[in-house]
Amino acid sequence: MNTILEVNDLSMDFGGLRALDHLDLNVVEGEIAAIIGPNGAGKTTFFNCITGICNPTEGEILISPPGKKRNKINGLKPNRITKKGMARTFQNIRLFSNMTVLENVMIGRHCRTSSGIVSAILRGRSTIKEEKDVVDFSYNILKKTGISHLVNEFAKNLPYGAQRRLEIARAMATEPFLLLLDEPAAGMNPQESRELDELITRIRDEDNISILMIEHDMKLVMSLSDRIFVMDYGRKIAQGTPSDIIKNPVVIKAYLGEDIDA
Amino acid sequence: MIKAREIKKSFLVSIWFMFLTFPIMVIRVNPIEKIVEWRWKNMLVVGIGSFLLSFVWRYMLKKKEAGEKRAETGESGKTFLIQRILEERRFYIPLVTGLTIIAVAFPFIFSMYQTSIMTTALMYIVLGLGLNIVVGLAGLLDLGYVAFYAVGAYSYALLNHHFGLGFWSVLPIGAVLGFIFGVLLGFPVLRLRGDYLAIVTLGFGEIIRLVLENWNEFSFGPSGIANIDRPGFFGIQFSLQAASIYLYFLMIGLVIFTIIVVNRLQNSRIGRAWIALREDETACQAMGIDKTRTKLRAFALGATWAGMVGVIFAAKTTFINPASFTFLESAMILSIVVLGGMGSILGVIIGALILILLPEYLRAFSDYRMLLFGAIMVIMMVFRPQGIIANIRRTYKFNE
Amino acid sequence: MEYFLELILGGLTRGSIYALIALGYTMVYGIIELINFAHGEIYMIGAFTALIFTSVLTLLGFNEIAVIVLASLAAVIYSSAYGYTVEKIAYKPLRHASRLSPLIGAIGMSIFLQNYVLLAQTSDFLPFPNLIPEFEFIKPYRHIISSAEIVILITTSTAMILLTFLIKFTRTGKAMRATAQDRNMAMLVGVNVNRVISITFVIGSALAALGGVLIASHVGQINFYIGFVAGIKAFTAAVLGGIGSIPGAVLGALVLGLTESFATGYVSSDYEDVFAFGLLVLILIFKPAGILGRVRHQKI
Ligand SMILES: Nc1ncnc2c1ncn2[C@@H]1O[C@H](COP(=O)(O)OP(=O)(O)OP(=O)(O)O)[C@@H](O)[C@H]1O
Ligand SMILES: [Mg+2]
Repeated sequence: MNTILEVNDLSMDFGGLRALDHLDLNVVEGEIAAIIGPNGAGKTTFFNCITGICNPTEGEILISPPGKKRNKINGLKPNRITKKGMARTFQNIRLFSNMTVLENVMIGRHCRTSSGIVSAILRGRSTIKEEKDVVDFSYNILKKTGISHLVNEFAKNLPYGAQRRLEIARAMATEPFLLLLDEPAAGMNPQESRELDELITRIRDEDNISILMIEHDMKLVMSLSDRIFVMDYGRKIAQGTPSDIIKNPVVIKAYLGEDIDA
Repeated sequence: MIKAREIKKSFLVSIWFMFLTFPIMVIRVNPIEKIVEWRWKNMLVVGIGSFLLSFVWRYMLKKKEAGEKRAETGESGKTFLIQRILEERRFYIPLVTGLTIIAVAFPFIFSMYQTSIMTTALMYIVLGLGLNIVVGLAGLLDLGYVAFYAVGAYSYALLNHHFGLGFWSVLPIGAVLGFIFGVLLGFPVLRLRGDYLAIVTLGFGEIIRLVLENWNEFSFGPSGIANIDRPGFFGIQFSLQAASIYLYFLMIGLVIFTIIVVNRLQNSRIGRAWIALREDETACQAMGIDKTRTKLRAFALGATWAGMVGVIFAAKTTFINPASFTFLESAMILSIVVLGGMGSILGVIIGALILILLPEYLRAFSDYRMLLFGAIMVIMMVFRPQGIIANIRRTYKFNE
Repeated sequence: MEYFLELILGGLTRGSIYALIALGYTMVYGIIELINFAHGEIYMIGAFTALIFTSVLTLLGFNEIAVIVLASLAAVIYSSAYGYTVEKIAYKPLRHASRLSPLIGAIGMSIFLQNYVLLAQTSDFLPFPNLIPEFEFIKPYRHIISSAEIVILITTSTAMILLTFLIKFTRTGKAMRATAQDRNMAMLVGVNVNRVISITFVIGSALAALGGVLIASHVGQINFYIGFVAGIKAFTAAVLGGIGSIPGAVLGALVLGLTESFATGYVSSDYEDVFAFGLLVLILIFKPAGILGRVRHQKI
């Protein structure tokens, strides 16, 4: 098993607040891993750090894309990291609301294509071909994610569940080796989250994309994940298979315990 | 039926505005001759005007709120008539033919004066379309756009004055200089947040104008540069009349060229990146788009167009000075984009025609021109921020 | 040495007037994150109102003190009324719009008000009477400081102290601080946010009017365009100090005033405005958070 993401000793401070505290975490090729933890545990902050949106205070982040050398991505801009093959979705949906569904996905193709201003103006044969490929590729992803019937709608007019799917589609268009999903099931009804379960499995199996997701929906996490990391107060308090995690007393106390009380 | 409560509301509004405008509108002092003039009639006008307008205002606000509710519940709004016309070939072809005939015949039917006004309007269409790339597509509020316009105008004026260079050789130089200035000014400022960017570009614009005003050795200061050559045609110099027709067709050509360019750009890889950047910078970067580079491209391309029109402006008026490049000029171009519809080509064209031609032809308006521009910006933002003609996105058909 | 002292005092005077205007920018920005572009015009309207009332009251035969007090009062009242109205018309309907919309609306409002005064009054420069009498005790130091400068310094410090008191110790001040921190949270705990915003505009406008009266009588002439440059300079001051921060605005204004005073005193007065704009551009590029401003992390 190859490790594709390796995070060592990662810390992040916001002013006086320590949002991540010496966190170690790794993802191996082909797995679906999940991060769980109470609100404010620092899960989203972790994503922000490894995707270059925040600059971590300490620690190192290494990636080894399949078939490529291991390299350190600390301090790289988000777009460079996406180009290297890690793409993410956002917990608070951040679609391009006044663009169509297809165009949202086409944006994901930006870093895999190259035509510039001059070729756009001249619109030569290679540009037209590239454009057509982008459209076809994006449409295929929409079909895969089950929202191809909405292709020409404005993103802002989509129902909630479809918006979450579009976030995933857009990230997939960048052809990542690792897909980072921040609460993909938030706000979905049980029916929708069952369908999401299927979708994520398919993405892993058919497209060979490994997945690291943050999720609060325990049913989804337990059924999908190969491994689970548990975070609390910026620290990793446990990791293991779903059955390990369920039995782990530390986790029960810190996290599941809360759920039972509530 | 208008309820009594509504009338009372409007009545109070009218009293308030009569109070508010009292010193400025009613009294006029002449401190030198110590005369005070009382213009009570104005108070009456304000009172009645604000009474009536407040009904309209509230009605429009209500309508807008209702519209927002509808959008929230998912009902898509009705498409515009013009939009539908543009989509159907049946309407589209005769429309374009008609417009072509009018455009070609215009300078031969109307006087030179009219042609000259129309040329100005065409210049503003191109300026509007150029600024539209920056503001409308990429969402970068550039309040110093006129600086690049000045760069173009001064490059022609100076190169012509010192080296006798002709219009056609300077046109590309002006465009390139506009581009270079766009990159130079854009590079340091484009990482700033939207509202700061607006102020910085405003600052840059003013700095350039003040430098032109004060650096006499370089730019001849406030007195400007006169006797700039009109454009020629392979060495032929035209009479005044012919030159104005020539310029008119030149502008028609440039407008068509610009429309094609902007239209191709907005449905290209780069154009989509601009719009995505406007919609959400963070998400855009996370999708692999280089923020700074993409912004810089929009900024520099907009500047290129301004530089080009600047050259034409200098050639048209044959005289330029810094007074033509004030902030108000930038504001005017901005209001064209805002009125027409940010991101919409057709909108910008209509916006430019309305805002430039209306004050010319309705003499009564010409004094109130800037007042009108200001009011339009406020009213459009409050009631219809997407402009007269909202930007439409391309739709794709798939058969499966 | 005396020239140096003169420049310092001149700079502080300028700076304290910029501060009066800068406070309006900073307070509004702190609460609704909007650069109130029309703020400079509010200041200009204050100056015009003062001029109009001075002339009318003088003609009606009021004595000098009464004229000063009543005209300043009128300027403050009218500017506040304009500030209040501008907010209600152009900004309140845009509370939930995208960031650019209110800014464009504000620019439009600024152009509108400028031309409104231009059309209703005049485009010429009008002489503004010197409202501030010559003090006897100042005579020996006249080459260093004028009575006007003393009055300006005293008035602005008083206004600043009152404002600090208002914000630190009154209920309204508390509500303002709460709204600036987190508007939704403030609303939840029962703050009437719309009222707080209106009050902010009123206070900012009143301070600007005060600045308008002082500067107009110091400079001796006004026209419809004075708000534009003064507005940008005050905005520069606000950003320099850290926009949103009240002590920052004052500090930034004093720094800007001194910079301008020295630059024009020792370098050249042709480029007076270029220094201010240049400073603005440099701060925004290199230290957009300003001297006292905090960097706000945007939550993703
Ligand atoms: N940009 C920021 N500036 C300041 N503090 C931040 C920022 N982003 C996150 N925080 C703080 O860091 C902590 C971790 O937040 P984070 O969003 O990572 O939690 P989370 O685990 O994703 O929670 P949730 O389940 O609610 O999404 C919180 O206390 C939060 O307030
Ligand atoms: Mg989170």
